[in-house]
This record gives sequence, structure tokens and C-alpha cells, in this order.
Amino acid sequence: MTEAGAPLLSLVVFLPLAGALAALALRSADAARWLALGTTLATLAASLPLWTGFDRGTHAFQFIEEYDWIPTFNIHYAVGVDGISLLLVLLTTCLSPIVVLCSWHAIDKRVKEFMMAVLLMETAMLGVFVALDFVLFYVFWEAMLIPMYLIIGVWGGPNRIYAAIKFFLYTLVGSLLLLVAMIALYVAGGHTFSIPDLMGQSYPAVFQFWVFLAFFLAFAVKVPMFPFHTWLPDAHVEAPTAGSVILASVLLKMGGYGFIRFCLPMLPEASALFTPLILALSVVGIIYGAYMALAQTDLKKLIAYSSVSHMGFVTLGIFVFTVQGIEGAMLQMINHGITTGALFLCVGLVYDRTHSRQIADYGGLAKTMPIFATMLVIFSLSSLGLPGTNSFVGEFLVLLGAFIARPAYAVVASLGVILAAVYMLWMVQRVVFGEANPKNGRHPDLNLRELATVVPLVLAVFWIGIYPGPLLDVLHVSVNHLIEQTQGNGGALAALSWSEIWGFVRSAFLS
Amino acid sequence: MNFSWIQLVAIAPEIVLTIGACALLLFDLVIPRDQKDKLGYFAVGILIVACYGSWKLANVEADVFFGMFTLDPYATYFKMLVYLAGALTILLSMTYLEIEKIHLGEYYGFVLLSTAGMMVMVSAGDLIMVYLGLELLSISLYTMAGFKRSESRSIEASAKYLILGSFSSAILLYGISILYGIAGTTNLKALGTFFAANPLDNPGLLVSMGFLVVGFGFKVAAVPFHMWTPDVYEGSPTPVTAFMSVAPKAASFAVFLRVFAEALGGLKPHWQPILVTVAVATMILGNVVAIVQTNIKRMLAYSSIAHAGYALIGIIVGGGLGTMSLMLYLMIYALMNLGAFGVVILLRKGGMRGEEISDFTGLAKKNPVAAVIMLIFMFSLAGIPPTAGFVAKFYLFMGAVEAGMVWLAVVGVLLSAVSAYYYLRVVMVMYMREPSGDFDLATSPATSLALVITTIAVLFLGLYPAPLIDATKAAILQIP
Repeated sequence: MTEAGAPLLSLVVFLPLAGALAALALRSADAARWLALGTTLATLAASLPLWTGFDRGTHAFQFIEEYDWIPTFNIHYAVGVDGISLLLVLLTTCLSPIVVLCSWHAIDKRVKEFMMAVLLMETAMLGVFVALDFVLFYVFWEAMLIPMYLIIGVWGGPNRIYAAIKFFLYTLVGSLLLLVAMIALYVAGGHTFSIPDLMGQSYPAVFQFWVFLAFFLAFAVKVPMFPFHTWLPDAHVEAPTAGSVILASVLLKMGGYGFIRFCLPMLPEASALFTPLILALSVVGIIYGAYMALAQTDLKKLIAYSSVSHMGFVTLGIFVFTVQGIEGAMLQMINHGITTGALFLCVGLVYDRTHSRQIADYGGLAKTMPIFATMLVIFSLSSLGLPGTNSFVGEFLVLLGAFIARPAYAVVASLGVILAAVYMLWMVQRVVFGEANPKNGRHPDLNLRELATVVPLVLAVFWIGIYPGPLLDVLHVSVNHLIEQTQGNGGALAALSWSEIWGFVRSAFLS
Repeated sequence: MNFSWIQLVAIAPEIVLTIGACALLLFDLVIPRDQKDKLGYFAVGILIVACYGSWKLANVEADVFFGMFTLDPYATYFKMLVYLAGALTILLSMTYLEIEKIHLGEYYGFVLLSTAGMMVMVSAGDLIMVYLGLELLSISLYTMAGFKRSESRSIEASAKYLILGSFSSAILLYGISILYGIAGTTNLKALGTFFAANPLDNPGLLVSMGFLVVGFGFKVAAVPFHMWTPDVYEGSPTPVTAFMSVAPKAASFAVFLRVFAEALGGLKPHWQPILVTVAVATMILGNVVAIVQTNIKRMLAYSSIAHAGYALIGIIVGGGLGTMSLMLYLMIYALMNLGAFGVVILLRKGGMRGEEISDFTGLAKKNPVAAVIMLIFMFSLAGIPPTAGFVAKFYLFMGAVEAGMVWLAVVGVLLSAVSAYYYLRVVMVMYMREPSGDFDLATSPATSLALVITTIAVLFLGLYPAPLIDATKAAILQIP
């Protein structure tokens, strides 16, 4: 384990919080905007040494910091990153300035409070990815709900209150069961909340079953997996652009991260047991999300359902238990964060001009807003997985991994890629090409600030699409270790079977 | 053990409070009508003096007055809790009483007397003392509930509370008498020894235990003995409601645990299933019925019922962790609930009653500070980190899991999700609806001070609960 001299991770995590507190003292909206932008950029700068200083040759957690927090119960403030969490941390810090920029004019009431909510979100999201203590993880995980609830509910669209409460309650129910499961792990794992310590143990099979069930609910709601996805379209549609970007780019990643960080290494047998179920749900999600996306007339809803479909690839990749699958799933998470975030940004850009999200209200944007149209086309092509763009790499790896281990699922999932081409290209055709829709009016093309939000994402799309090597380097050792943990723990014990579980349940209820 | 004057030292804080209350009534005669605030500050001063006394006695463990009165860290912890609750209540009351034109000196006297009653309760070494303390507390509360003499709701609350409260006290006393008939003593420690030696199968014992559950269940507002709560909470003056919902509840839970763990500890297999049933029913009814309330005081009444259900988990689990989590829970609950009621009190000004949830509409626009404080308390009551409410629930559920009652923890967390719905509704109307008119808040230095203390405490304990956890750990009830 490498010890960092400076508390780098804490700095990254709490810089946005400090910014939010500093914003309390501000009066003017502009000052709040600049402060938020400055804070998110500073956080980004602070996170860069993590990338350069990261030792790619070890699976151990790095940049570890550990202090006593609640000694009586062996709870620590412990943070650290490995290859898996590092990428998600960087994704978060890279996207946050963009989130601030995209709400520069779009948010015009209660600007200070909005920027504070965004900064608090950033702290909570980063905290989730770096926490190495389960209680710390849980505190960040739940604390995130408060600013997100406000972002959707205060600054959202007409039906925002319903969407906000639905988002909150869905996630809360899952999370609360996670809390009980976490305490159960604490009791069974020798009274420790340390995530690395809890990973290195093997738990009784039936115990794993119950804990997995609770974990599954919490993470499946967040991903979201079919059939727990119904909060997502509502939340996306009603949230302001910045809220949609945060939701799509980072929040949904927490489910996948949870599966990779907790379910696989801690509960390998239960993971193996649930694999068929999760793979089936993933594939259903891929196809169902794609079909729903085909039918949408609202741009944001279309992208929301495409998220359900894309995130299906993530869970598929995770649960095929191959190196390619899991690396692909991780890349797919990053890519989905970039591409879908960018698509929501694009919708926000035209929405600011026309105040409509209906596909029917658009057409011929290629003539009136050529730069914007180019961007939208690039991100749509990326979303459907065109070779040379980022999503291709992730989806390809996932499907490769799936073909090696579970060909049947891979075949069905491949249909999702085709459907993605259909709904994306069709959307592009209706929005960008054809005759200019008179409802468009004449709107100015993108200005410099707006370009600053999308251009970095375009670069990321092509960089990952053409040369994903650096990302895979970071992932490789950690993912290999994860596979070892999963098989090492699982192989040593007798495999858990459904009949065993059924016998247990029967005896519990009938005796 | 003989009587000696030195034993009076052990009850010095109680003596200070009682004399202070009497002195306050005398001062009331000479203080002009528009300066009754001074009496409030005088009462806070008395509480601080008593608190200092208890602080000095914190490390003393003694049974005095023939085992009638027990001084131990467990009792001292709860005394600190009731001092805090009493002082915060007084700070929250002054402006409210002025606005309601019921600013009378007796009010502060009753706060002090009921505090003295609670102190006797938590220190009781004998069932008779439990009863004495309980009555001193209850009689003061009956009067305080009816303090808005000109309003029928308040009178109704008082009368209802008096009649039902007397019933429950009588039932409790009956239970105590049966217990005395079986064991020949009312001393808690002696009862403990007796039942440890003779695990009786006397049916009278079950009856008596049932009566004790009824008596204490009434005081802590557990289902099915909760019927009085919504009406009394709604009708009483708001600061009195705030006080009733935290301090007497905490003190009653303190004796509840002491009696059941110390005196009836040997019979745990018999009373545990009863309490589990009561706890589950309390959590379900409190949380579900709270959803449909439109009056915030009624909503908080049902929420306090639900919280009693959670706290019961602490008694059910028992042992070190159970006791600790109960103590932690009651302290944090006192802080956050007093804070929430504090914001409700702020809204009572001029023609505004401020008791409907809809009265909070758009508060965030007009007064962002008050709104954010209420937001913190609502999320804390719902148990969302990083507020203290999460810490409180966390250890209760940990206790349940540790004791092998995972299903109880699951029921508890699922009902927490239900509770999030009605707490969030308050946040929703404050933040997501447009205000209809102007807010004119009844702010004053005293109310602001109380709100600042509770807000900071709720946030601080949410982020760094270690000091309070250590304090509870040091004060766990020692069962021989």
C-alpha cells in the first residue's frame, strides 16, 4: 500500500464542500457562478495528481488516509482508490465544471442555492467512490439524496415534485436495506466496517444470499436495472439539464460501482447464484430500453430510455465474470457518463433556445445551427457505438467477454446495439436533417461558453474511441485481482444452489 | 443504611429546582407584566445551577434514603437531557407566550417542577419513587397543556390528558401493588434479586407486567396506548407540545428500561415478545397515520409515536448496546424534535397560526434561513445522513441485528422510508411551492439561540458523534 504524503483524496472530496460553505457568504448570482466554476476547476486540478501518481502495477488501494471516527464501534474515516474507483473519481471531477457551465444562464432563480447543491453533490459523489469504510460510504451514499432531491424538485420542470419524491423514495428504500445488510456484514465479519477487511473473508452461503438480496435492491435501483428503472425517465425529464447530466453521468455509475466493489468480492457465491437472474434482467433491460427509446417523442425521455439500455451492458459485463467483461463494463460506465451526459447537454442547449423537448418541434437544425448539429451527430454516433468512438470500445469488450462466457446472452444483447443505431439515427434524422421546422425559429448557434461545455466531451469521445490504452492500464491490475477474489473465495467453498436456498427458506417458514 | 444529612447532597439538584420553582412564584408577584421574560431567564439560571450540581455528582454512585433514590451515571445522563430540554423549551416559550397573551410566571415554575419530577423518575430506586416522580411530572404537564385558558382546544387537551393520564397512572400503581404482593418489596434491586432467584410462574406476575407495560406505554405514547397523543399535542401551546414530546418521553423511557432491565430482567423472555409486538405496532401506526395529517403538530405527534416505536427497540435489545443506543436516540431525538417545534413556533405571529403544513408554503423564498433549519430537522427526523437522526437510528438497528433480530431492523428501516414521505412533504412545500403571502416570523434572541444550539448539535452529532457515544458508553445502566 502506498501512503500519500498529502491528504490528496480528502482535499479532492472536501474542496467542493468548502466551496459550498463559502458560497453562503455571497450575495450576487454571478459571484456564486464564478465561485462554483472556480471550485470545480480547482477540484479537477487537485484530482490530476491522482492520475499521474497512480501506481498501475498494484491492485492495492492507494492514496490511503485513515483516521479514527467513532472508535467505540471501530468506524474510521478511511479513503483510498484503486483502478476501478480512480476512473470514476476522475469522471466526476471532469464533469463537474461542465455541469456548472451548462447551468450558467439556464438557472436564473436561486442561483446561489443551486450552485451550493451542485457542489454538495460533487462532494457526496466523490466520497462514495473513495470511501474505504462502509459507514463512510453509506453516509455519502445517502447524503447525495438531499441535494439531488432539491435539484430536481426546486429547479425542475412542471411535474418536478412527483419526479423528485419518486426518485427519493425509490433510492431510499433500496439504500435502507443496504444499511441493514451492512450492519449484518459488520456483525458477521468480525466487527469491522473496513471495506478491504470485509472483502478478505468468506461468509456462510445462506448469509450471502440475504445480504446479496439487499445489495442487489440498492444497486439495481441506482443503475437502474429493469424493472427498477421507472424513476429514471421521470427524474431525467423533470430535472434541469445540470441535474440530468449529474444523474446520467455519475449517479447511475454508483449502482455498477456497488456491484463491482461489494457484491463480487464479498459475496462471490451469492453473485454466482444470482448470475442467471441478473444477466436475464440485463438483457431484458437492453432490449426493453431500446424499444422504449424508439417510441419516445420527447428527446430527454428517449435518452433516458437509451440509458436503461446502455446500463444493461454494464451489468451484463460485470456478471459474466471475465476480464474483458468487467473492463468493458467499467469503460462502458465511463463512456455512458461522457456520451449520455453530452447528449443531455445538447438537449439542454436547444431547450434553452426553443423551450421544447419534443422531437416533432425540431428539424433541419443542420442548416440553422451547424455547429450544434455536428456535436449532436457526433454524440449520437458515439451513443450507438460507432467504431472510432468511445462506446464502441466498451460495448465491444462487454460483448466479447459475454461471448466467451455466456454466448446466448451475448447474441441477444447484440440486438441492442442494432436497435441503438435505429433509435439514435432516426432521432438525428428528425432533429438535424430534413426541412427546417418553422417552429425552430432562427436561433443563434453555440456560443463560446456552450462550446466549452461540449468540446472537451468530443475530445474524450475520440480519445477513448481511438486510444483507450491508458484507461485500460489503470483498470487492468485491479480487475484481474477482482476476478481472483471472486473465484478464489467462491472456488474454495461449496457452490450455493437454489435448492439449498429453497430448503432454507422452507425450513425457516414452515418450522 | 441510616439517614444522615449528608445524603441530602445527593438530591441537591432536585432541591435547587424545587426551591427555585417556589422562589419563581414569589418573584412573579413583584415583576411587572411586561417583564416576565426575566422569570424565564431566572428559570434557565436555576436549570444551569442544577446542571452544575449534577455535573459535580456525575461520578458518584450511591443508593440513598434506604434505597429509594439511586444516583448513578445513567440517571445523571438523563438529568442532563431533561435540563437541556427544559432550558431549550423556556427559550422557545417566551415570545410565544407573549404573543398568545398568556405570559404568566407560573409557566416557568411548572417547567421547573416537571423537570424535578423527571429527575426523581430517572433516579428512582424504588417503584414508589417512580410513581411519585411520574405524578409530579404529570400534574405539571396537565396544567401546562391547558395553559391557553381562553382556547377550547387547549382546555380539551388538558382535560383529556388528565383523565387518560390518571387512568394510566392508576393502572401502573395497580401493577406495582401486585408486584409487591408477589415479591414483598418495591425496591428495584431487591425485585431483581428476587426474580433472579425465583423465576415464578405466577399468573399474577404476567398481569402485573402487563399493567406496567400499559402504564409506561401510555407515558411514552406507544400503540395501543397512544390515543391521547395527537389531540393533546395539537391542543397544547406549541412550546408545551415540544417539551412533552421529548423530555417526559425520555424520562419515561429511562425508567421503563430501568424497571424492566433491573427489576424484571430475569423475566425478559416473558416481556420481550410483548414489547416486540408493541414496538412494531407503534412504528407502523405512527408512520402510516402521520402521512395523512395536514396539521404539523398532529404530524409531529404521530411522528413522535413512531419514534417511540424505534426507541422501544433499544429496550427490547437491552444489554450494553441496547441501552446505549436508547440513550443516544433519546438525546438526539430531543434535540431535533425541539428544533422542529422551534421552527413551528417561529411561524406563530399576528393572525398566522402556523400550525398547518400548508402554512410553510414557500418559506424558502421568504426566509431561507428558517427553511434550511427546518430542512435539516426534517431530514434528521427521517434519519438521512449526515444528520444526527441517522446516527441515532443506526445504532438502534445495529443493536437489533447484533441481537439476531434482523427482521425487526428491516421493519424499522422500511418504515423509515415511509416516514421520509411525510417529512419530505414539509421540505417540499417550503422549497417547491410558491409563497402565497409574506411571512412575518416571531424571531427573538431567545428563540434564535435555541434554534442555533439545536441545529449545530444535530449537524455536529451527525458528522462526529464520538463524544456523545463515549458519554453514553460511560453511563450505561449497570445491572448486577
